[in-house]
Amino acid sequence: MSYRTDHSRARGLGAAKHGAAHWIGERVSAVALVPLCVWIVFAAIRLARGDYSTAVNFIGNPFNAVLLALLILVGFWHMHAGMRVVVEDYIHDHFGKAALLILNLFVCVLFGALAVFAILKVAITGGSF
Amino acid sequence: MTTSILHRITGVGLYLGALMGAGWALALAGGPVRYDDYMRLLGSPLGKFVLFGMTASMFFHLGNGIRHLFWDMGEGFELKTAEFSAWLVIGFTVVATLFTWGLAYLTGAL
Repeated sequence: MSYRTDHSRARGLGAAKHGAAHWIGERVSAVALVPLCVWIVFAAIRLARGDYSTAVNFIGNPFNAVLLALLILVGFWHMHAGMRVVVEDYIHDHFGKAALLILNLFVCVLFGALAVFAILKVAITGGSF
Repeated sequence: MTTSILHRITGVGLYLGALMGAGWALALAGGPVRYDDYMRLLGSPLGKFVLFGMTASMFFHLGNGIRHLFWDMGEGFELKTAEFSAWLVIGFTVVATLFTWGLAYLTGAL
């Protein structure tokens, strides 16, 4: 990892005992989420104005489908990273911490994958009328 | 201090918001009937209230997140600068949230 300094490689002694890559990933995803969040606000207003066919047409545009899939992937990655820090900081019981970290991972991967698959299904099949 | 805990609270809130977003995608893939049901739920008074909270949370988390990115680069730590940027983030949150809902109202999305 070229982002890491020699110092960070040598120590690795944070609250979670490791995690420079995790720390960097959270910030890189944050940067990507800035334009994606601005975009989704305007997209959401358009979608709120329309009905099912509006949404299907919206997803039918490859540009929208890809941006939405990226928003889901990067967003769920960022959520996982953020919630992990919250759990690590506030939950001190070892079993509880492990259980919540696993739950966090499973929820993010499951719902992220479901959402991306749903978007791709509509993008490729053109919805069901 | 307040913005720091608010960053975490809004982050956890947005976690739930993202799950609502995933629900939207699944409803869309489920066909027109499910989609209409889901949109009616989001358009209900409670749905709008939650979405308004999500909008404010998103703009706060976004603005304060940019503040954190500057801090990560070692910029803006001086007390006066940090206090000013805190107010800047709060101002941005209010303006951007009202702008978004104003735009939604004016374009007939509500």
